[in-house]
Amino acid sequence: MDYRTSETLVGPRSEDALPASAAAAVKIVIVGGFGVGKTTMVGSVSEIRPLTTEETMTQAGVGVDDIAGVERKTETTVAMDFGRISLNEQLVLYLFGTPGQERFWFLWNGLFEGALGAVVLIDTRRLEVSFDVLGRLEERGVPFVVAINAFPGAPVHPVDELRAALDLPDAVPIIDCDARDRGSSRDTLLTLVSYLQHLTTVTPETP
Amino acid sequence: MSRTGKGTDEGGPERLYLVDGGPGRSQRADTIELVSLIVARAEPEPGMLPEAAAVLRMCHFPLSVAEISAYLTLPVSTVTVLLADLLAHRQVEARAPVPAAVLPDTELLQAVMHGLQNL
Repeated sequence: MDYRTSETLVGPRSEDALPASAAAAVKIVIVGGFGVGKTTMVGSVSEIRPLTTEETMTQAGVGVDDIAGVERKTETTVAMDFGRISLNEQLVLYLFGTPGQERFWFLWNGLFEGALGAVVLIDTRRLEVSFDVLGRLEERGVPFVVAINAFPGAPVHPVDELRAALDLPDAVPIIDCDARDRGSSRDTLLTLVSYLQHLTTVTPETP
Repeated sequence: MSRTGKGTDEGGPERLYLVDGGPGRSQRADTIELVSLIVARAEPEPGMLPEAAAVLRMCHFPLSVAEISAYLTLPVSTVTVLLADLLAHRQVEARAPVPAAVLPDTELLQAVMHGLQNL
C-alpha cells in the first residue's frame, strides 16, 4: 500500500472526464475587477465545478513599482478560476476568469494568445476599475464585449451613458447580465460569439 | 541537476525542476499551452516522479494543462516543465488548441455558437 499523498487518486471525477474524442480546445477570458462576479459567471455555465490554478509571482519576475526597493524577496500567489463547456464531441471551451490588473496577465502564459475573445464584466458601482482593462484589450487587439453584472442596489445607467463613460466604440456590444444565472451567462457568451462572427464578416477599416 | 546520491527529498516541489533536461528540452514546453489537451500514452512506472505518475493516471481521458495544474495544485509553469519531459519521452500526447489566427474562422464560431445554444 502506498500512502504518498501525491499518488493517491487525484484528477477529475469520472463524470467530469472529457470524451476520448476531445480533439481541441478554445478559450474565452472573463476579465474584471475583484468581486465583480467572474468566478460566479464561470461557475454558472461550467459543466465542472470551477477549478483554481495558481501561479507564484516573485520580485525578480516583475517590474512592479510598488515592490521596487524591497530587500526581501517577496512572493505573491495569484489565482485564476476556470471552468469548462464541452461544445461537441471534439471541441471544448474553457472559460478563464482573470483579475483586471494587467500586471498579472503575464503569469498565464499565452492567456489571451489564441483566445476567441473576452467578456469584460463590470460593476456599475466601480466603473473606474474597468478603464485600464478596456484600454489594454484594445491595445492587444482582443475582441471583447462588455457585460454589466446586475448587483442589487447598483446604479442603473442608460447604455448610451455607459458607452460614453467607458469611451467604447459603437460596435462593441454592451449587455446586462446576471452572472449567477446560467441562461444569462450563456447569453453573454453568445453575444460575444455573435460579435466575433460579425467581425469576421466585416471588412477591416484599417489596412 | 547538481544533487546526486540518495538524499533526494520526498517533499518539496523544487525537485520537479530536476526533470527539466536543459535548454534543448525546454523547447518542447513552447508547444504546451494552457488549454492544450493532454492524453496519457503510457502507464505509470515505478520510480517515476509521483507527480508524473499522477498525470499519467488522470489523463486516461483528455485533460487540459489548466485542469492538471488545478488537480495537482501546482503552478502551470511547473506542470509545463513536467509535461515537456513526459512529451519528450512520448508518455503523453498533447492536442494543440485551435489556432485563432487574427480572427477565428466562421466554422469554428458556428461550432461554438451551437455548443452554447445547447446548454
